[in-house]
Amino acid sequence: MARKILFENIDIPGIKDYEVYRKNGGYRAVEKAIKTMTPDEIVEQVKTSGLRGRGGAGFPMGLKWSFIDKKSGKPRHLVVNADESEPGTFKDRFLMEYIPHLLIEGAIISSFALEANLSYIYIRGEYMWVFKILEKAIKEAYANGWLGKNILGTGYNLDLYVHCGAGAYICGEETALIESLEGKRGNPRIKPPFPAVSGLWAEPTVVNNVESISAVSWIVNNSGEEYAKIGLGKSTGTKLISASGHIKNPGVYEIEMGMTVDEFMNSDQYLGGMIDDRPLKAFIPGGSSVPILPANYIFKTANGEDRLMTYESLADGGFTTGSSMGSGGFIVYNDSACVVRNTWNFSRFYHHESCGQCSPCREGTGWMEKILERIENGHGRQEDIDLLWDIQSKIEGNTICPLGDAAAWPVAAAIRHFREEFEYHVRFPEKIKNRNHFVNEPMEKVRHLLSL
Amino acid sequence: MARINEFISHYPEGKKKSAMLPVLHAVQDAHDNWLSVPLMNKVAEILEVHPIEVYEVVTFYTMFNQHPRGKYTFEFCRTSCCSIRGGEDMLDYACNKLGIKEGETTEDGMFSVVGTECLGACGYGPMLQLGDFYHEHLTEEKFDALVEDCKQGKIKLD
Ligand SMILES: Cc1cc2nc3c(=O)[nH]c(=O)nc-3n(C[C@H](O)[C@H](O)[C@H](O)COP(=O)(O)O)c2cc1C
Ligand code: SF4
Ligand code: FES
Repeated sequence: MARKILFENIDIPGIKDYEVYRKNGGYRAVEKAIKTMTPDEIVEQVKTSGLRGRGGAGFPMGLKWSFIDKKSGKPRHLVVNADESEPGTFKDRFLMEYIPHLLIEGAIISSFALEANLSYIYIRGEYMWVFKILEKAIKEAYANGWLGKNILGTGYNLDLYVHCGAGAYICGEETALIESLEGKRGNPRIKPPFPAVSGLWAEPTVVNNVESISAVSWIVNNSGEEYAKIGLGKSTGTKLISASGHIKNPGVYEIEMGMTVDEFMNSDQYLGGMIDDRPLKAFIPGGSSVPILPANYIFKTANGEDRLMTYESLADGGFTTGSSMGSGGFIVYNDSACVVRNTWNFSRFYHHESCGQCSPCREGTGWMEKILERIENGHGRQEDIDLLWDIQSKIEGNTICPLGDAAAWPVAAAIRHFREEFEYHVRFPEKIKNRNHFVNEPMEKVRHLLSL
Repeated sequence: MARINEFISHYPEGKKKSAMLPVLHAVQDAHDNWLSVPLMNKVAEILEVHPIEVYEVVTFYTMFNQHPRGKYTFEFCRTSCCSIRGGEDMLDYACNKLGIKEGETTEDGMFSVVGTECLGACGYGPMLQLGDFYHEHLTEEKFDALVEDCKQGKIKLD
């Protein structure tokens, strides 16, 4: 299961530089695509590959590409989403930092497939040093004739630029990203129209994640059919996982989808198990926006099957006993982590990042943060837990963009799976007041108090 | 100005406004890391938009500062993944060491400490951002050394 696609060449010394990248087969795929394939053939290959968007929603990439409006004759654009701000996710940065040409190569082929002549990479402003790495790599690509006018003498023109954001999680949402790229506040647009019809400057646009675009060269080189053989079922290919939290080996891993969560978490080749040998309490498989799961649903699904690193298996059980692959931000918590505090932490994040356009999101995230803060600090009221539940349920599905849902789900999951921890906070405020940022006594030790 | 014109050249005719964020970054970097009203007005002039269009952008994005900040501004990530590896403890440590509260600047204008949200270094926490760079796997000793290096002018910000 150690199949590598994106990281195949990442350990080659100097792979960041054009010359080394080129010597190791780089840009071969661009040549093949532009000289021997039609745009529609590339779209077909990507469809066949089964590649699902790696930005979080998992939408089939070839299908998305096939929606782009080529009939209107308006200029088209590819925008690569490198905003990466979902807590727990740091894989795109890794790819761009260590093998920047892979993304640029993919962006050229993808632009060609979409028949776009002007494309952008939108990178979060904090990644300023990565911005400079990409700028340099793009210059090298221009200098070697892979970008600009009449690429490889085929008559195809493409300009590609990197554009920096300025610190706003919401700009990762594709329509907010487009607004931001137009020089405005990052307020998500009401859909429809979808970007494929009316995106950047009201022109047909496809927004794709860095990891999705980086897989395109391999598909062109080896065919969509070959890609589809990797992975399991509808979770084709490999996935980058950003692993953080209380594990021995945090970092970014490329895995073939289908591996068990147990192997990923506990084998030395991957996360290496828990630090300090403290017990596993909970995990989040796909970044802060997806539901947290308690220890008993991590390695096995509710049906007792092995939980696998696939879109389907991580979602098995729906939101009652399952979660979601999301963006692959794998966060592991041991028993020193307080679920209430952590949920408050996430609520603060979403409240801070809400663009404020819709009242359920703007007000709801603020209320959730406030209530969670008082529960965590020992001022919670018995009715607060139900109130939280009520608020989150009123945000979900009632907003312009999915940030509202993303703010609601973690709260819902925390209450669903760890209600007793909330109860404990409310009923024994003196035990949690004035403690530091961590749990003094693990739930195991105090659970008996709740049943008294 | 060359950098600003380069950014503007990345967008088609008539779409100058799209250069807003890159241009604001360039202007802020060249002016002590904050954007005064006259600077924002200047940007509006360059991009041929109304000043209000610049103000509304500057107030929306966290990376643009409307007030001066310490020359060395430590931005600590305090989101979950960093926090559970001691990020909030590091933030407290920095505040105590410098004698300021979160969000404040030392009297000499040298240092500020700010808490921020996830910076995409979750596996390498606790971490902070200083200028254009990240400092990861922080410990108290590392932070002490960093402050010392700042005092001695050894730290590059971009
Ligand atoms: C609040 C919010 C934040 C998002 N942040 C990101 C992000 O940082 N990076 C990303 O690729 N997609 C992000 N997305 C998903 C994008 O809207 C979009 O679906 C994605 O970029 C499409 O690319 P893909 O099909 O390759 O996954 C976010 C969505 C929402 C609602
Ligand atoms: S759901 Fe929240 S972030 Fe999304 S558009 Fe509405 S207010 Fe803005
Ligand atoms: S949680 Fe700190 S960098 Fe992501």
